Amino acid sequence: MALLETKNLGISFGGLRAVNEFDISVEKGELYGLIGPNGAGKTTIFNLLTGVYQPDEGAIILDGVNLTGKKTIDICKAGVARTFQNIRLFNEMPVLDNVKAGLHNHYPYSTIEGILRLPRYHKVEKEMNEKAMELLKVFGLEEYAEYQAENLPYGQQRKLEIARAMATDPKLLLLDEPAAGMNPNETKELMDTIRFVRDHFDMTILLIEHDMKLVSGICEKLTVLNFGEVLAQGDTQEVLNDPEVIKAYLGE
Amino acid sequence: MKTKAGRLSKTTKNDLITYAMVIVVYIVMQILVSTGHVSSLIQGLLVPFCTYVIVAVALNLTVGILGELSLGHAGFMCVGAFSSAVFSLAFKDAIPGGLRFFLALLIGAAAAAMVGFLVGIPVLRLRGDYLAIVTLAFGEIIKNIINALYLGVDENGVHFTMKDALSLNMADDGVMLIKGAQGVTGTPNDSSFTIGVVLVLVTLFIVLNFIHSRTGRAVMSIRDNRIAAESIGINVTKYKLIAFTISASLAGVAGVLYAHNLSTLNALPKNFGYNMSIMILVFVVLGGIGNIRGSIIAAVLLTLLPEVLRALSDYRMLIYAIVLIAMMIFNWSPNAIFLRKRLKQRLTTGRKSGKEA
Amino acid sequence: MSFAAHLINGISLGSVYALIALGYTMVYGIAKMLNFAHGDVIMIGGYVVFVTVSGMGLNPLAAIIISMAACTILGVTIERVAYRPLRGASPLAVLITAIGVSYLLQNIALLVFGSDTKAFTNVVALPNLELFDGQLVIKSVTIVTVIVNIIIMVGLTLFVKKTKIGRAMTAVSEDQGAAQLMGINVNGTIAVTFAIGSSLAAIAGVLLCSAYPALTPYTGSMPGIKAFVAAVFGGIGSIPGAFIGGILLGVIENLSKAYISSQLSDAIVFSILIIVLLVKPTGLLGRKIQEKV
Repeated sequence: MALLETKNLGISFGGLRAVNEFDISVEKGELYGLIGPNGAGKTTIFNLLTGVYQPDEGAIILDGVNLTGKKTIDICKAGVARTFQNIRLFNEMPVLDNVKAGLHNHYPYSTIEGILRLPRYHKVEKEMNEKAMELLKVFGLEEYAEYQAENLPYGQQRKLEIARAMATDPKLLLLDEPAAGMNPNETKELMDTIRFVRDHFDMTILLIEHDMKLVSGICEKLTVLNFGEVLAQGDTQEVLNDPEVIKAYLGE
Repeated sequence: MKTKAGRLSKTTKNDLITYAMVIVVYIVMQILVSTGHVSSLIQGLLVPFCTYVIVAVALNLTVGILGELSLGHAGFMCVGAFSSAVFSLAFKDAIPGGLRFFLALLIGAAAAAMVGFLVGIPVLRLRGDYLAIVTLAFGEIIKNIINALYLGVDENGVHFTMKDALSLNMADDGVMLIKGAQGVTGTPNDSSFTIGVVLVLVTLFIVLNFIHSRTGRAVMSIRDNRIAAESIGINVTKYKLIAFTISASLAGVAGVLYAHNLSTLNALPKNFGYNMSIMILVFVVLGGIGNIRGSIIAAVLLTLLPEVLRALSDYRMLIYAIVLIAMMIFNWSPNAIFLRKRLKQRLTTGRKSGKEA
Repeated sequence: MSFAAHLINGISLGSVYALIALGYTMVYGIAKMLNFAHGDVIMIGGYVVFVTVSGMGLNPLAAIIISMAACTILGVTIERVAYRPLRGASPLAVLITAIGVSYLLQNIALLVFGSDTKAFTNVVALPNLELFDGQLVIKSVTIVTVIVNIIIMVGLTLFVKKTKIGRAMTAVSEDQGAAQLMGINVNGTIAVTFAIGSSLAAIAGVLLCSAYPALTPYTGSMPGIKAFVAAVFGGIGSIPGAFIGGILLGVIENLSKAYISSQLSDAIVFSILIIVLLVKPTGLLGRKIQEKV
């Protein structure tokens, strides 16, 4: 059974059909790309998958659990984590605390225990610090742990966002244009990071991308979206050679 | 691991400096008072200093850590003041001073926390400007209701009305606790500078530990990016409400201190109106939004200055207003932020290259 | 008959709120900021008329024009000095600055004019309208205020719809960045918005002080806040909404003063704000804006 499955997903904004009859099936451990021209509805699909928008119709199934109509935080708890097209970090917090915020639901202690600094506070904080440092190391960010997040270089900010998402211990990771605004060197480094995340954590990844080199380099499967509808779907090479896809991307 | 240990000690050190600062000032003041070096004017200000410090720190929790502007903190102070004053007045002869004040403190904090919680439920759903204006509205409503409230107690129990003293229908032996716009009179003077400083330290302990806890992190993540915070599974409403309730409750503590330093307590625009809320906001902004130690220093200095420099007192508000505007532009204007960043970058890279060379 | 009298008093008060709310709603709708100092610009407008009429013995009409000019300059200066540097900063920073400006204006007035109440001369020198053999009196100020309201409302609507600068305002209110890219001078447009809002404040100041002739440095602050409540009530950004909201608020305030409690009337007015924001945050005539993720 697929890890993520959507059936007949659709949403309209005031008469504009943003996404229509969207079906996708992502297997566990797959690196899956979602591509399409600007305004095709890619980010809208991410927003549907994470409960930011509620679909007008259709269903979202993650690992056999129906997530349709659930709220963002419940979807997060169910195992979907994401990054954002325009990076959304906790800018005024240290890098380490950004990741610790991601660990929030897995390392609980109460507000009272925190204020009075009871033994559990010390114990859990120590575990959190260790886990967060471990994650930062995976992404090569450990030397920046004390930096304020907004002072990180752009490429590292992208990585930190992925690290934070991974801290929630997801089953499925959604990356929204991770290479946006990166130079070729940074993009290459990012490709390695994404591949590493998949292999190291055995993660299932669905990513939105414009950079064709990145997509063809790392994605095993692709779905091409145009005007809110699926234009082509399948193995990466097949899809990229599809005349319909070439037409949509390059024009006649 | 080395970096982590360094980081922990850095925040802890910072907090310790804050506590130490308060304690040192307290000791110095005590010595000066006992050796007769402090004018009666300043002596009279010692408890108000503590009151304003507490409420400024409380508001900074809302503005700096939660990132929402409350213009209603004077209202929470008002709730704390009146609930505790009524309690102390009613049990003036029944309970000894120390215990009575302690209970009054708990009641004031709890009452303000409850009102803060109830106000927070609807208010925290709103964003930015609306939230500010609605907290202002709530503050005014609280003040208005207290001004219209008559409360008395006699052999038949507690009476209250919103009309006038006669409508209370009290027995002859009854005691009036709140007399409408005339407020509460005869509250026992249970507060002292020492109690005030202890309460400042308790407030600091709560707020600083809160900031460095899991809950504080969740609150700050909401402040920095609500959408991202939701995406990592943080319950936005819950954590906003926790922070706001604690902040309101601490403002209530300040109110308790305020009430027990005066024999007559009225809800006037001057002490519990939105002008007071703005005054507290000035402390917070001048001390630095999110900077707890700054709030303490600003609250003390801005309370002290006009009293010491009498000549200034006419221009006091004018100067505050100008400083407030200038501070905001200097600290928050995108151009100023950009310039500061570049300057900082140049300094740090300069230092680094210097080290390497 | 007393109900009718209360109702008319309410409309009288409400029409002043409406006038102030028009200024609020314009600035909020276009610059997307809560100009906390709007009420204090009104107070300054009142003082200018007071000084020119009572002090210099000028003709009221000339005084009003001078007051409008003064307030326009004041509004544009405030925008240029205090608000423009903060464009793009967090809304919290802008709001605190606006509070600072409000505080500044009050304290300047306090230093210049003192805290004593100035008796303002009614500039609307027309006979009151008496109905039912004098049982019901409608003050001429009320009639003039309502008429002025309607003229301004129609004028503003036409201005925004028909003129080039008005359409630029609509564009800026939709998306400042995009408007800039389309070659619209965003700073200039917002400055014009402040100029119009502030000149309306001068008119509101004159009519407020004519209807309630006691002028102090704090005269503008409470009506300013209530007018904001009215603007939110009617739907912020909506010109007819400001009018309807203002009138309704004035009526509610006066009726609760008359029939419930004069001490609680402010509490009732503010409760309305809270209820509106919770039940229909966009107000009676506002429209919904969704946040982009």
